Amino acid sequence: MSNAGQQRFTGTTVIGTARLIAAKDLRVELRSRVLLNQVLPFALIVMVMFAFALDSDAVLERVAPGLVWLAAMFSTLIMVSRSFAVETADGALDQLRSAGVPAMGIFIGKMMALMAQLVVLVTLLILTAVVLYRAELSWAGSVLLVTTGLTATCGLAAVGTLYGGLAAGAKGRETLLPLLLLPVVAPVLIGATRATESAFGTRGVSTGQGWPWLGLLAVFAVLFSVSGAVAFGPLLDD
Amino acid sequence: MSTVSHGHDPATLEPVVDLCDAVAVLGSFPALAGVTMTVQRGEIVLLSGPNGAGKTTLLRLCAGLVALERGRGRVLGVDLANDRELVRHRVGMIGHSNGLYGDLTVTENVRFWGRTVGASESEIDLAVSRMGLDGRLAHLPVSRLSAGQRRRTALAGLVARRAELWLLDEPHAGLDAAGRDELDSVLKMAATAGATVIVASHELERAGKLATRQVEVIAGQVRKVAGL
Repeated sequence: MSNAGQQRFTGTTVIGTARLIAAKDLRVELRSRVLLNQVLPFALIVMVMFAFALDSDAVLERVAPGLVWLAAMFSTLIMVSRSFAVETADGALDQLRSAGVPAMGIFIGKMMALMAQLVVLVTLLILTAVVLYRAELSWAGSVLLVTTGLTATCGLAAVGTLYGGLAAGAKGRETLLPLLLLPVVAPVLIGATRATESAFGTRGVSTGQGWPWLGLLAVFAVLFSVSGAVAFGPLLDD
Repeated sequence: MSTVSHGHDPATLEPVVDLCDAVAVLGSFPALAGVTMTVQRGEIVLLSGPNGAGKTTLLRLCAGLVALERGRGRVLGVDLANDRELVRHRVGMIGHSNGLYGDLTVTENVRFWGRTVGASESEIDLAVSRMGLDGRLAHLPVSRLSAGQRRRTALAGLVARRAELWLLDEPHAGLDAAGRDELDSVLKMAATAGATVIVASHELERAGKLATRQVEVIAGQVRKVAGL
């Protein structure tokens, strides 16, 4: 084949594919409104139910950071499941691979779309915690909280996309996904909770004590973003 | 049709599919046990044979999805033994599923698949209209279409992707009589415009009318080739 011919038929680039996939996933979400109509109410119900169940301002203030990330983690399961159900419902994921679309681009695109949705979700959950559990935020705490939110959602999106792809072709993937995902995201739950505690100043913890936990979240996010981007192709082909 | 007018390499006289004693193994099972077959540009070839004969594996081999274990194989001038990933961009395969997103409209689905190869907006519009999906249908979510319309949307995706070789596995399955007629007319139109189509089907009477040649696959080997 001529060089020109090869150039013409190599498809779009990884970045181009990622943008295409992310835009498609967000458009599907805008049409179906699963985040708005199902995931957000679910997450908010979890938060409100705990508020009623614990019924103590002191306890609520103490557990608020953990509840935010617990609700985010459970919601991630629903969102990842939905993200890959869309791909497998009519065999689109197989078609993408058989059309030679770069797997790395598929991974990055799905991760970016998931992260965008998680950012919206986590923002609302944090606002709910501030209102419902009377959490207080300083300026330095706000900076730590925003950084924590972005880093933790990046980690959740990366690991969610990787394991979502792994479970996509499996029988009983709805039950398999939580089994695979929950143990792996434990570092995110712990790190994000501790960093958020510092941001909120829960139990007298200072903001400065939250930054090392942010480091853990960053390592997790980089590790799973890179390994996911590399492993996604072989994982889908198997 | 635009599908075949794009990107021909200089070797246009070379067969689109050229297999010689091709062997493909699924696990430890030799799904293709020495297939020799050529398909010329613009042909519609019917693959027939019983279940498990190797028809789908043969299609997947041509699509670069199954490794060539032994023998020689070239598709669109690409050597399957060394560069089978390269052929995937130029081949469109549709099996029992269509690869569509139910929440997106016909045009959005076709645009998505077209953009995977950088197709322009005019190419996408052309693909939609060639499959008779323009007008009101173009703006309907795919989930609200009939099975035949969905299949045509999937084929429009192949046109937008500039697929030069169409590999269709049981394309008539799940379609009613009207849907089957629609599909046949679309495939005839594609062939008239120069597309190369290989159809694996059990519906010999219907697919036979469509095809220019029938290749019978039995136990992983080509047993009979007949002009139709």
